[in-house]
Amino acid sequence: MKKQKSIMEIIAEANKAVTTGIDEKDIEYWVMIYIMGRAYKVPAGLTIMQAMEYAGYRFIRSAGCRAGFCGACATVFRKIGDYKLQTAMACQTKVEDGMYLVQIPFTPAEKAAYNIGKEPYDVSVLFKYYPELARCLSCNTCTKACPQDLEVMDYVQAAIKGDFTAVAEGSFECIQCGLCAIRCPAEIVQYNMAQLARRMFGRYGSKRPESLSKRVKEVKEGKYEKDFRKLLSATMEEFKKLYADREREKD
Amino acid sequence: MAELKFIEGYPEYMYELIKVVEQTRAKRKDYTPKAMTMEEREDVLKVHPDYAEGGKRAINIGVNKGDIAPNEVADLLEAYPLIEEGEIDLRKPDYTTDILIIGGGLAGTTAAIWANDQGVPKENILLVNKLRHGDANSIMAQGGTQAADRENDSPVIHFIDALGGGHFTNKPDVLQTLVEDAPLIIDWLIDLGAMFDREENGDFVEIWGGGTCRKRMHACRDYTGLEELRVIRDEFKSREIPSLEYEPVIELLTDSDRVTGALLWNFETGEYKIVEATATIIATGGFGRLHIRGFPTTNHYGATCDGVVIAYRAGARLRDTDTVQYHPTGAAYPQQIIGLLLTEKLRSMGAQPVNKDGEAFVFPLEPRDVEASAFIRECYVRDKGVVTPTGMRGVWLDTPLIDIKNGKGTVDKAFPGMKRMFARFGIDMAKYPVLVFPTLHYQNGGVETDPWGKTNLEGLWVAGEVSGGVHGKNRLMGNSTLDCIVFGRKAGISTAEYVKSGKKRGKLTLEHMKKYVKLLKEAGIPKERKAPILLPDYRGKRVLARMIDVF
Ligand SMILES: Cc1cc2nc3c(=O)[nH]c(=O)nc-3n(C[C@H](O)[C@H](O)[C@H](O)COP(=O)(O)OP(=O)(O)OC[C@H]3O[C@@H](n4cnc5c(N)ncnc54)[C@H](O)[C@@H]3O)c2cc1C
Ligand code: SF4
Ligand code: SF4
Ligand code: FES
Repeated sequence: MKKQKSIMEIIAEANKAVTTGIDEKDIEYWVMIYIMGRAYKVPAGLTIMQAMEYAGYRFIRSAGCRAGFCGACATVFRKIGDYKLQTAMACQTKVEDGMYLVQIPFTPAEKAAYNIGKEPYDVSVLFKYYPELARCLSCNTCTKACPQDLEVMDYVQAAIKGDFTAVAEGSFECIQCGLCAIRCPAEIVQYNMAQLARRMFGRYGSKRPESLSKRVKEVKEGKYEKDFRKLLSATMEEFKKLYADREREKD
Repeated sequence: MAELKFIEGYPEYMYELIKVVEQTRAKRKDYTPKAMTMEEREDVLKVHPDYAEGGKRAINIGVNKGDIAPNEVADLLEAYPLIEEGEIDLRKPDYTTDILIIGGGLAGTTAAIWANDQGVPKENILLVNKLRHGDANSIMAQGGTQAADRENDSPVIHFIDALGGGHFTNKPDVLQTLVEDAPLIIDWLIDLGAMFDREENGDFVEIWGGGTCRKRMHACRDYTGLEELRVIRDEFKSREIPSLEYEPVIELLTDSDRVTGALLWNFETGEYKIVEATATIIATGGFGRLHIRGFPTTNHYGATCDGVVIAYRAGARLRDTDTVQYHPTGAAYPQQIIGLLLTEKLRSMGAQPVNKDGEAFVFPLEPRDVEASAFIRECYVRDKGVVTPTGMRGVWLDTPLIDIKNGKGTVDKAFPGMKRMFARFGIDMAKYPVLVFPTLHYQNGGVETDPWGKTNLEGLWVAGEVSGGVHGKNRLMGNSTLDCIVFGRKAGISTAEYVKSGKKRGKLTLEHMKKYVKLLKEAGIPKERKAPILLPDYRGKRVLARMIDVF
């Protein structure tokens, strides 16, 4: 008699496409994609990244978080019959029939070295380290290239005007994939410039909370040492009681 | 070529099922199922992957012989090295450094900066990365970082929250450091220019985290890890500290009980390199990509347990290897994002778990393990889950309730990252519910340390997710990004002091490996089992079956 499968075994079975690689027996729908020009029939409904893996590629570069946070998987593609060159994150974009694509695992780009503690909080700092900023042609190519749908040109323009708040807010969700910089005719490295602007804004843009400074001082002065000495010698029962007696702050 | 028909990002049949959820929404809006009693919790936990039978076994070899670990982890601990003795010429180191840091997530990158601050010149520090610097679990943290910096809070209260959350198994002295240093870390992050969510007057917006009795979560929208890591990494790069990418460590080097360096392997050329180091910090993160019990994961591509494996072989002691953290709400649909994290904050802000029949079946904010078990029971015991086109099951998370309860536009403002992720696949989570199922999230245990990140081996420190003890058997949300920065800093300072004390470098040998291989042979471990695995393998089965080695 066959042993009945446990719930854990059933779950593992249902997940196996994402944990061990895809078996073509399980696939009903297919699309054709072209990886660096070579045609592959791959299951519909995968990301570009998963589809390349299905096709037999094992990533070393061009795969990092696999979740849209790290910018490692920058990809450019065209669709057959379409003049438009498009950009995407391979881990966050579904394959489509007739895509031909290549990945850009690395962006040669300058990153300036600075000490934000010693820089003035005004526009001069941006021009000092990224003087090419002045060359922006307002062509909007960067915005069109951004897989995070950020208004890249707008934040570049805000930087030229020294509006740190607008650069910081506008670029906050940047994952530093490099696609904007690769496409920029003025050779600006938007995302590195924005990183400097955000750091300046984060440090100087709002007042440091007083309660934080106070707490830091207390810790440094050893205000809690006595409490902790007592705590560390508590018994398990005492710990449990302390935990159970906690009072929850109001919502 | 044919494709399924989709409506609003869902296949037709799932779209029909969403109508059932919509029908009961008005009724559910002001209704929350009761929290479970202790007995009910115990009962439901039987279907939790960390408690259900069959997933774990005793470690048979090494320092922690007899301790329990997930099968997948025990297998890697009991595996042969990637290299054989005699293959490596240890006579000429390619790099000689004071401090070698392995892994550039929050923990490793922070360590480098603090070592430099203590006066170790930048050229005497080396950070090595398996992938790019920053391709890490750190960059994916969404929810936030805990620190007790408000008037009504204190490090002591933070301590008690974390201790209870860890089932009272945390290492107390290490935990004290975590909570006491937390405000210093937030202060440091502001110095570096991190953009935390702020009120008009500059105060932090601080929110709840599961299991805490104070609001002390500091968030940067739902991109907290991205913001923290990119700021710290930018500081690292501004200091021009040397770093290598795509050169994972595959083995440590030792001089009896002292770690003296490491062996790197160039992923692209296959060449090995020798690093000679006075002090070594392992900060390689977690193990989600081992897919424990066949679960999908929230973790990055390189989360393969390498650090624990190489440290253990060299004789480092582990602890709390017997528990694994699963997150209740991983994406179950669409296929492209299976396993990826949907932050707990969605439920804190009103999103409700709902079954196939449109019923709210569980209190939304049970502890993570209880909540996850309830989802599994709903899908696999009560058969009230929704089956996806790939055969996975899941329950709905009724996200439209967030805007209904908090006002239109809340989802857009509070969850831009999450919303973008679903929108990319045609789903508007502010309008339609999303399908979820538990996912493998966090490595609770790891290499044991003291409050300075020091291990039982001389010359070896660890920091971050690779370490064990500070969270005990269960970590609370917001305490691990904190853990990484606190103990990255401590390890950086401590190694700097060690180096400055005039410590000489040791010999470079693979003696520990030789001894370990002998134990493996005696235990009859199959030769093919090798570790660290460095990366998972997701290639299609058809290609693998036809692959031949000719070049
Ligand atoms: C999706 C997600 C959401 C999270 N949300 C939160 C949250 O809201 N709050 C919170 O506090 N925590 C959260 N966490 C947990 C937290 O982010 C991680 O535990 C923490 O950031 C781990 O940091 P780390 O520096 O230890 O490791 P990582 O950030 O993973 O960095 C380790 C680095 O080492 C590299 N590496 C691995 N092996 C080797 C090798 N052999 N040689 C060289 N390099 C190697 C890796 O590639 C990686 O770059 C979350 C985790 C995930 C995955
Ligand atoms: S702004 Fe540039 S670097 Fe940032 S996400 Fe957009 S394209 Fe990528
Ligand atoms: S692509 Fe370059 S030149 Fe064009 S708008 Fe963007 S920054 Fe300016
Ligand atoms: S792999 Fe990180 S964004 Fe795609």
